[in-house]
This record gives sequence, C-alpha cells and structure tokens, in this order.
Amino acid sequence: MLIWGLRACAAVAGSVVLLIVLFLVTESLPVLGHMGWSRFLTDASWHPAGDAAEGTFNLTPIVVGTLATTAGSVMIVVPLGLISAVFCCYYAPPVLARCYRRLIELLAGIPSVVYGFWGLVVLVPLVRRFEPPGPSLLAGVLILTVMILPTIALTAEAAMMNVPRAYLHGAAALGLSKRATLWGVVIPAAKSGVLTGVILGIGRAIGETMAILMVCGNIVQVPTSVFDPVRTLTANIALEMAYAMGDHRSALFVSGLVLMGLIMVLVIVAETISKRESHG
Amino acid sequence: MAKQFWCVGWLLVFMAANGGCGGESSEAIGKLVVTGSSTVAPLVAEIAKRFEQHYPHVRIDVQTGGSSRGISDVRRGLADVGMVSRAITSDEADLYGYLIALDGVCVIVHRDNPVRELTDKQIIDIYTGAITNWRAVSGRDTPIVVVNKAEGRSTLEVFLKHFRLASDRIKASVIIGDNQQGIKTVAGNPAAIGYVSIGAAQYEAEHAASIKILPMGGVAGTVENVSSGLFPLVRPLNLITNDEPIELARQFIEFACSDSVRDLVMEQYFVALSR
Repeated sequence: MLIWGLRACAAVAGSVVLLIVLFLVTESLPVLGHMGWSRFLTDASWHPAGDAAEGTFNLTPIVVGTLATTAGSVMIVVPLGLISAVFCCYYAPPVLARCYRRLIELLAGIPSVVYGFWGLVVLVPLVRRFEPPGPSLLAGVLILTVMILPTIALTAEAAMMNVPRAYLHGAAALGLSKRATLWGVVIPAAKSGVLTGVILGIGRAIGETMAILMVCGNIVQVPTSVFDPVRTLTANIALEMAYAMGDHRSALFVSGLVLMGLIMVLVIVAETISKRESHG
Repeated sequence: MAKQFWCVGWLLVFMAANGGCGGESSEAIGKLVVTGSSTVAPLVAEIAKRFEQHYPHVRIDVQTGGSSRGISDVRRGLADVGMVSRAITSDEADLYGYLIALDGVCVIVHRDNPVRELTDKQIIDIYTGAITNWRAVSGRDTPIVVVNKAEGRSTLEVFLKHFRLASDRIKASVIIGDNQQGIKTVAGNPAAIGYVSIGAAQYEAEHAASIKILPMGGVAGTVENVSSGLFPLVRPLNLITNDEPIELARQFIEFACSDSVRDLVMEQYFVALSR
C-alpha cells in the first residue's frame, strides 16, 4: 500500500515536469512551424509585436543576457559562499556562527520583489554614480549575488559539516595544520555537496525574474560592458506576456522553451561532472 | 433545549426563503468577467465594487492583461466585457465600444532636472538617439537616460502614434513595464526621461515622488487640460463587448458611463467626460 502511494507521488511529480514541457512545446509550435528556429538566431532585432511577417524575433541577445547575469553572479558567489561556509564551520566561535547562520537563512527568505525594489532604489543609483545609465548588467549580477549567496553558502556549509569526523581525526593525527586540513581534506571531501549547491544556485539565478526585471534595464542587446543594460529570458516573458497576442505570444513561449533547454543542459553538465568526480 | 433549536432553525429557513424571493424579483443576478487594460482596471474595479453594493447578487471579476487581451478575450468569449485604453481601430469596428473616461500620456523627468519644456521635435530626437545629452536641450551636461515602455503596452502605442515613430527606431536605455515602475525609475534617476499616464504621474508628483511633468506644446500636463481637450496626448478609455450588450453587461456599462461613478473617475486621476 505504502509503496503504491510513494509511486503515485513520484509519478505526479514526474508527469508535472513532462506536462509543462509538453505545454511549452505546443504553445511555441505555431511560430516554430511557420518560421522555424533560424529566425530566432538571425533576425535583425527583437520587435515581436505584430505577426511573423513584420516582427523580428532575435533571441540571441536575450540568451546572452541570461548567461551573462548568471555567470557573473556565480563567479562572485562561489568563492564568497565557500569562504562563508569555512568561516562558519571552522573559524567562528559557536555563538557568532549561529547568529551568522540565522542571518544567511533570513537572506534566503526575503521575497525577490523586495530585492528588486531595494535594487531599484539603492543599487541602481549607486551603479549610476560610476557610469550612467545605472540599470545594467552589473546591477543584475550584484542583486543575483545577494540572492543566491544563501543557497550556496548554506549547502556548502552543510556539506562541510557532513565530512566524516574520522577524516578530521586522521588529519589531526598526521599533524596537518588547520589550513592544510581544509584544503587537503575538507574541501575535496565536501566537493560534491558544494557542487550541488552551486547547481541549485545557478538554477535560481537563471530563473530569477522580478528583481532582474527591475534592475537590468531590459534593453535587448549584447552587452559590451558591465554597465550596459541587458534583458534576460525571464524578464522578457514577464514584461511582454500580459500584452502579447498571436506570434508574439508564441515567441515568448519559445523564450520559455529556450530557458528550459538551458536548465536541462545545466543538469546534464552537473550530472557528468559529479559522476566523473565519484569515479576518479 | 431541542425545541429552541428547532425554532431557530425554522426561523433561519424562513429568513433565507424570504431574502431569496425579495432579491429575485427586481435585482440583477449573476457574474460578469471583465478583462483588459491595466490602466483601466483599477477604475473598473472601483466601479464594480460600487455596482456590487447596489446589486448584492452580482459578482464582477476584473482581471488585467492589457488592451490586447481585453479585445481577444471578448472576441473569444472568455470575457463579457473588455477594457481598452486606446481608440477602437478599424480592425475592431465589429465590436461595441463605450467611452467611460479619458487619460492623458505625459512626458516626465526628474524633479531636479532644470529642463522646463521640450518641443515635439526634441522629444523625437531624444527617443531616436539624435540627442543624447541634456546639454543639447539646455539642461545639465549629462547623458540622457531614455525610459521606454515594453512592446505591446498601450501607453507605448499612444506615444508612438502621436510622435509618428516606429517602435524599432527608439533607442532606449531602460525598458519598463507599468506606470509605477516608470515613475520609480525616473524618480530615482536625475538624468532620466520617460512617459506615463497623467493620472498616475500627477498623483505621484503631488505625493512626494521626485518627478516633474513636462508641458506638451505649451499645455501643462494636468487632468483639467485633458478634460478641456487642450492636451494633445490623450487616449480614450473604453469598455467593449462582442455583441450588443444585454441584461447584466448592459446594466453595468450604463452604470459605468453614468454620473454616479464620476467621483471614482476623478479619484483615479482620470478625466471624466463632460455630459
């Protein structure tokens, strides 16, 4: 009885994903059918209002925008998250560590629209002081950094906590210094857990919409500097979906499909890396 | 004890029956779905609330999603009444339109911006990238941050139509969604220029948002100038139906066009029609 219940739950969870993909595909089919994929890569710009004949549908700058904001924030967060986890597990006095952990957990619970509003009022004017216009790739990267830091810091910390005590005792018995223990024993042992956290963080960064929509400027262009405004796939859907009809609407579902594709690639890459790690 | 219980029970049944009959005899009953423009929706939601007070057995469901959605929902029968914040075009001549109020679109800049007025040509040049510094229009020496609306928004359509611009000629630095985001973006950036609904802009400018409404062609952007017909950038706010409205839809549209909602129109900083 129990086993069937579990199977049913698993089936529901699995079929939801499949149904969503199916939905995305069927909604994007009209435009893919009579335009094909190529126009999403080769058109002059993204001006999708109107039908296939008069609109232009180049999604490339938007994909670049998504990848740039995500990659930028992950590059900042991974070292930051690791340092935070190491500090929390091995250097901070227990009381401080507990307070710090609560703070990070609180950071994870703040709704994204609050981050977005804060970004619009504080971060964007700050960036503008360096280089106008202000809403930019940099502002997006910074806001994503704050948003995914808790995910990565908390999972990295959990992974480090889970390193078997015996390893630490062994390292101590060998007379290794604290730093050598960290680099040589703890971090390699916690690697797969840390990697899971990074993947979760990237997933959240790619999918983030509201905050990004408010601070990135949403101009469809391939950025040439970090101060250029960009548009991400999620912001593209959120900005235009409510007002889109016909081919425009369908093209937005293609944006969703591309987003789904990016996440799938991410999961596959993560799987291969973790497999290689566990074998090698 | 049990006897008392029965009494109360019968009393309730009696009251319910009585109430039910009284309602049925004269009042409208049913549910009305209204979808469309996010500019019109807050107004229609208030009108709907008052309508429901008059007719307690009516439920009116107001959903936003843009003028385009209003039109397609009404065509497909998903909504009884649509809200459209622009003039009905010739493609849509088959629909029935009812004007409920007017709204002006105004150009806004930051309150600290020394520029007091821009000509139509200057606005076009700024939005097409021919002018990129405020110095060129006797402002400070800072690059202009052009705030534009996302593709498909009706404010964008009104703006493009008035200045005879094509959407792909606009060189924007920021693209925003609704009026509130536009006001916040301009209020937070002394070098920004944007355009939003006058109703929203005048309300926010009077309630401490750091924005300034620029006059258009010498006419100040105020609700009064929109209603007198002086202000050039005006759009009509319409309710539409697919067929000649009957019963509840007709009652609601008549109510929305009547003088009994005039104060609600003013409260939303739209412009009531002079009848």
